[in-house]
Amino acid sequence: MRRPVMSICLALLGPGMAAAAEPALDPLNSPVWPSIRSKYLSGGPVVFDDRVKVSVPSIVENQAQVPITADARNLPGVKKLVIVADLNPIQHILTLTPAKASAYISFRMKVEQGTPVRAAAQTEDGVWHVGGTYLSAAGGGCSAPALARGEARWSATVGQAQGKVWRQPDGSARVRLRVRHPMDTGLARNNTPAYFIESLQMSGSSRDPLATLELFEPVSEDPTVTLMLRLPATDASVDVEGRDNNGGIYKSSLPVAPQS
Amino acid sequence: MQGLPPGMTRRRLLAALAGTAAAQYVSAFGLEASPLSYTLKPQQLAKGVWYVAGAQEAISRDNGGAIANTVVLDSKAGAIVVDTGPSLRYGQQLATLARDLTNKDIARVYVTHFHPDHMFGNQAFRPDTLASSTGVIDGIKSMGSAFADAMYYAAGDWMRGTEPVMPGTILGTEPEDFGDRIIRPLHMTGHTAADLALFDEVSGVLIAGDLVFLDRAPTTPHADIARWRNTLAALGGISHGLLIPGHGPAEPGARGIAQTRQWLETIETQIIEAFDKGLDVAETTALALPAWTEKIALARYEYERSVMHLYAKLEASRWPRVDVR
Ligand SMILES: [Zn+2]
Repeated sequence: MRRPVMSICLALLGPGMAAAAEPALDPLNSPVWPSIRSKYLSGGPVVFDDRVKVSVPSIVENQAQVPITADARNLPGVKKLVIVADLNPIQHILTLTPAKASAYISFRMKVEQGTPVRAAAQTEDGVWHVGGTYLSAAGGGCSAPALARGEARWSATVGQAQGKVWRQPDGSARVRLRVRHPMDTGLARNNTPAYFIESLQMSGSSRDPLATLELFEPVSEDPTVTLMLRLPATDASVDVEGRDNNGGIYKSSLPVAPQS
Repeated sequence: MQGLPPGMTRRRLLAALAGTAAAQYVSAFGLEASPLSYTLKPQQLAKGVWYVAGAQEAISRDNGGAIANTVVLDSKAGAIVVDTGPSLRYGQQLATLARDLTNKDIARVYVTHFHPDHMFGNQAFRPDTLASSTGVIDGIKSMGSAFADAMYYAAGDWMRGTEPVMPGTILGTEPEDFGDRIIRPLHMTGHTAADLALFDEVSGVLIAGDLVFLDRAPTTPHADIARWRNTLAALGGISHGLLIPGHGPAEPGARGIAQTRQWLETIETQIIEAFDKGLDVAETTALALPAWTEKIALARYEYERSVMHLYAKLEASRWPRVDVR
């Protein structure tokens, strides 16, 4: 009952399809894992690794806004963190390049059915370390699918940003940022073309990126992210530059107390 | 979001699948052929007062969505029903039960609010007997169809044939006289934008709908917690006898009002404090709840849902603008 969609997909594909020739069996036993692997995790061997954790809610309250956290902080030397959802129409959700940041990201995504959600962390030796969990998309009782967006004039609010930075005891800067954007997938019934923020780059005073996020259509409307940056102690702001697939540029600057 | 064919809601999709080769795979969706039947066990609380206690659970294919309390009152004018349950089938069974218990026809059916576990049995009653506030009716109008989709998904075949039905009678503030019962509608707000509580001025029975939960964690998907707390203070000021909550046991006294207030205060404070420290949804969800909540059914489940409900509002309202113009 908790995994209706998944079990149907497996049944339709029949037995024996699951990863017979894979070096390591997919712990989530997903029929599409082999193709995910070859499409998104090229250039190095792939291992399943418990140090890469994905948290999803135990209940999907709003299919348009499902909070996801990927945490590979226990794995040293992560140069890239890729988030994929096997059974999403668009599987690649986002990629974090944590140049000077923790291998940690939280955000929200759209789902329309239960799916494995995975984080693949590539370390400096090229190895992909994969962790993940199954997201069960059953609805939440007193809840309902999200209402169609009521806002008639998106142009008035698009790119507005809100957020805050917290200096952590270890000196790092925890950033939480929300950018108003419809994040249209281009797959909706009303032929709305794809319109989404495709990158967010965070930097300090040196202008070198501390973290770069490549976003795809499944990231929820008004993308809201949490990142932890190794911001120099003397820096007084985090600067963000976002870009959407229509060429829109969105800049923000978040003040932060220098480390005392 | 996307993916379903044009015009295809989840419940239409399920109906379409039922006649195809795919049907054999769909038993996982609960489209079994055998007719489902609720076990409605009325508990008598006082002379002419019964309630059917909802399961202290989340909506599932096991309970068919029958998680909220429904109430039957006897009166000289006929049976009075409060809330209609989660589905057409439940409504039909409740209507039969109300007639059997009172030996009378149904004079009035009050709908306390627009949540699906309280109003999807409306279809089983005559529209003019169904009564509520304009706010509740507007809620069913705008959200009924989406709720139906969600309920078909969560409760499966129990929902077969169920469609949203708007109450045909709009209540003002004056009490309705049923001879030996005088029912005063109390138009309130907090659990949703329009919550109807009902007070029998003759017997002192207070039927609170989902403004009051007892020994079951309150739900917050459409809540305004500040308003809800004010409303609970107002409810606490009514000198009542029996208190019948929307979920949880009916009993004399105000324990449900106090407990609902304490829950809302506890989770709101905890969530806002965590939010202001910069924790994200997963981190705040993982925080422990105070020990007293261990006795509350679905505490962790509803806390997790409330974190998601509150976070979106807090992000929009508590963070400064940072875009560079
Ligand atoms: Zn409710």
